[in-house]
Amino acid sequence: MSEHLIILPIIVQAIIAVTLLFFWRKPKTQRVLSIVGSSIAVIIASMLFGTVWNQGTQVLQLGNWEAPFGISLVGDTLAAALVLLTSIVALVISIYSNTNMVSARVKFGYYAIFHFLIMGLSGAFLTGDIFNLYVWFEVIIISSFVLLTIGGRKIQIEGAVKYFTLNMLSSIVFLTGIAMLYGVTGSLNMAELSQIIPTIENKGIVQTISLVFMIGFGVKAGLFPLYLWLPASYHTPPAAVSALFGGLLTKVGVYALIRVFTLIFPLQGLNQDILMIIAGFTVFFGGIGALVQKDVIRVFSYLIICHIGFMIGGLSLFTEIALVGAVFYMFHDIIVKATLFMIGGVFFRMFGNTKLYNMGGLMNDYPRLSLLFAIPLFALVGIPPLSGFWPKLSLFGASYQMNSIFMLVVFIFASLITLIIIAKVWNNVFAKNARKTEKLEKLKYYDQFDLREKSAMIIPILMLVCVILYYSIFAEHIQLVAERIGNELMNSDQYVEAVFNLKDEAK
Amino acid sequence: MKSIILTTVSKTLLPLLLLFSVFVLLRGHYLPGGGFIAGLIASIAFILHSFANGLKKTRHLLRIHPGFLIPVGLALAIGSAIAPMIFQDLPVMTGLWYHNEIPVIGKIGSALFFDSGVYLVVIGVSLTIIFTISEKA
Repeated sequence: MSEHLIILPIIVQAIIAVTLLFFWRKPKTQRVLSIVGSSIAVIIASMLFGTVWNQGTQVLQLGNWEAPFGISLVGDTLAAALVLLTSIVALVISIYSNTNMVSARVKFGYYAIFHFLIMGLSGAFLTGDIFNLYVWFEVIIISSFVLLTIGGRKIQIEGAVKYFTLNMLSSIVFLTGIAMLYGVTGSLNMAELSQIIPTIENKGIVQTISLVFMIGFGVKAGLFPLYLWLPASYHTPPAAVSALFGGLLTKVGVYALIRVFTLIFPLQGLNQDILMIIAGFTVFFGGIGALVQKDVIRVFSYLIICHIGFMIGGLSLFTEIALVGAVFYMFHDIIVKATLFMIGGVFFRMFGNTKLYNMGGLMNDYPRLSLLFAIPLFALVGIPPLSGFWPKLSLFGASYQMNSIFMLVVFIFASLITLIIIAKVWNNVFAKNARKTEKLEKLKYYDQFDLREKSAMIIPILMLVCVILYYSIFAEHIQLVAERIGNELMNSDQYVEAVFNLKDEAK
Repeated sequence: MKSIILTTVSKTLLPLLLLFSVFVLLRGHYLPGGGFIAGLIASIAFILHSFANGLKKTRHLLRIHPGFLIPVGLALAIGSAIAPMIFQDLPVMTGLWYHNEIPVIGKIGSALFFDSGVYLVVIGVSLTIIFTISEKA
């Protein structure tokens, strides 16, 4: 049974999505089904994480084809933890969509596509085959494109075109990389690739292929030169969709970078320098971009880019402690960014827009909510003991150990500029006096909501804040998980053994 | 586009094309063919019918909304993928085969059900798209 557990997170999402398609014209049924299904998915993902934690890396050979020939699903600690976080964020957002997503949009299949997207994310985390990873990326892009455009407002289409063009381009680059890799090695299984690559004598071509992969994944992760699709599109869809995108989509790119550059092409030499410089630029441009934006959602979008720099910076240092920091930061970032975008949705319902200069007085009007919203904002800055602080300890320590002053400066710059930006947001939204703006007639404001609608907006935020508090107070648990992941990533032998051992057992 | 020739021919072609699509679906496992191409052929049958006789008559002929075929096909495909896990404790998507050959159809395995799922999804998607476009036009 435990061997099947690894595919269940994917299967469950597929089954939910198809069931939802049967209830195409019944939004209320869809809402209930989606929440129930997502809860089941959380249970399954935690079972998977428990199994991986207790019994080590789990492997399933799809279709019973032996390892290098068929597609393997590999659940190591990193993949299992990310699947668990994905399912938690999915559950929270499916609750949040109750108020945030109007029935007209649900009738266009919002929930079904939402679960197809979660299926794609889980698949991308779990797969052990590089071409299969590409297929999951396609599932993710197509579903996210539908989610971006549902509703069909002009601004959404504009954002979606930018989003789709650059992501499609990166997929093509990624596919080219796969083709080159297959041409050189004749294999697509990541575990086998990690063994073949060191034996290839033509180091130049390996270097080229690794850079092609870096470009492909870098676009998806929102790295420096080609991050522009992200702030151009993330503020256009409803808050539930941007919360999902902000929390999870760029992290798939980061995950792919971490996986490929630890397992297949272990970082060294030129690649390491390039990645370091890119991480520096990403932090710089993301931070400066966030500083000048006037719309709170766009500020958050640029902050995503800025903080991707932390994870990529951690990866580029390429020591165990740095990877621990990067992975811990990724866990923290997934939850905090999803919370921030959901809070952005609440802002929109309170003020009618999300322009910083139009907002204000939140602390006077909603003191308890302000306290709730303060926690993720401060966690993002990394005020101890909140969750952003702990991964930075590892990251700073690692750059100090590696004698990398450049990375140290980058990390300190990122922390400082985040502090300045959050202070600016706090000043404008919470502290300063509210400005009188004309109320929009069509929009239902937050104070007009009944208790059910209000709780559907606030309870999800509360749930994620609880997760953030868990990260903060029980940081040693997360640190323990991250340390194990760091160890697994640096010693990729056990990943390879796990993939091929099963084959020997079957004989 | 009312043409008596097309209307007459389409009445004969509809069952022929549907039969051909099933033939292509069944020969798919080892020979060129399979669910996707068979689904396209089947949807061409209905599209031709709608060109000749008008959308209303084709809709009446189909009775159900073609979009309904999408979840049915997907359910069939997922079912055939997880069947080995549920019944035989084998990994997902392992091919299960019935030993004896059945006349006309040949060997039956879980792959056939997967392909039939694809067949239904393709019919559903292409008919939904074409019907929506020709309604708007």
